[in-house]
Amino acid sequence: MAETAAPKTSPETNLSLRTSPAELLSAAFEAGSVPGTVELREITFLTMVGLRVPRDTDAGERIASVTGGLPTTCGAVSGTGDTSVLWLGPEEFLVVAPSEAHESLGGDLIQALREALGDDAGQVVDLSANRTTFELTGPRSRAVLEKGCSLDLHPRWFKTGTALSTEIGHIPVVLWKTGDESYRIFPRASFAEFLGRWLLDAMREYASPEVP
Amino acid sequence: MLLISCPNCGSRDETEFHYGGQAHVAYPENPNELNDREWAEFLFYRDNTKGAFAERWLHSTGCRQWFNMLRDTVTYEIQAVYAMGTPRPAAAPPAAESGTASTAPDSTTTGTAGPSIAATSTATGTASPSTTAPEGATK
Ligand SMILES: [Zn+2]
Repeated sequence: MAETAAPKTSPETNLSLRTSPAELLSAAFEAGSVPGTVELREITFLTMVGLRVPRDTDAGERIASVTGGLPTTCGAVSGTGDTSVLWLGPEEFLVVAPSEAHESLGGDLIQALREALGDDAGQVVDLSANRTTFELTGPRSRAVLEKGCSLDLHPRWFKTGTALSTEIGHIPVVLWKTGDESYRIFPRASFAEFLGRWLLDAMREYASPEVP
Repeated sequence: MLLISCPNCGSRDETEFHYGGQAHVAYPENPNELNDREWAEFLFYRDNTKGAFAERWLHSTGCRQWFNMLRDTVTYEIQAVYAMGTPRPAAAPPAAESGTASTAPDSTTTGTAGPSIAATSTATGTASPSTTAPEGATK
């Protein structure tokens, strides 16, 4: 209990001290979700790592062996297990992994990526606090997004398993279609509250019975 | 609303892009040798083309990469999208009708301006219409 030699921080302490960017909306997300129609929640504290490295270099190949590949084209997502790599640009990628992969919770993903890059030109940056994650699910989720996104979200164009940088409600986000009726939305932390409220507003009509 | 075809991402709405001004304005090779007038012309003076105009664009909410675009400033027709650092396409490729007419004189102007900046600054420097207009504007 009163161990003086205990480490200053432990995974439990680290996690309990954190406040997620949209925590103040968690009750509103629950209240505003329409079960079976469209549901919204925040997934907190995912580990995110910004990568800047050309794919066709030695460093690129070493990093790809850690992440399970680097996506080659716009929209593509690669990865292995629960680690995914989203294409952001020709030489820029976003790694998304569970919270436990972060070094503050005992993970070693970022360290492994840093070691893979070594002294070569490129970047491995811990961006876990840069964005938060919203998960929007349900048969109406596409209709909600279409109110404020200029992409063609029809499944014939926006395929499950792809991720694109775009804007939703004028907020720059990465939009990742994780299932036929589920999306992950990555807004920057400072935009999370606005976008959360925007999505709640866009979802509201589906709580009422449909007007014939 | 323009539908702009990013070389990396494909067609996206204009709102995802930022305009970067005239393309092929090279940094002066010897900035120290320019007088104030020439330096000002490098910094601030740009063509005001009616017709096909080579300009830079940034896909700011997408892949965040720059590219060049040949766009008709009258019809807004996008005639070519090409990589930074590559020369301006000689003529508008397919839909030429109004394009070729207006491209021909303009492409010679920007064509010489592209590779050597000395040509740009002297060209704009000696062009009397562009020297009188701003002076009047500042008064
Ligand atoms: Zn792009």
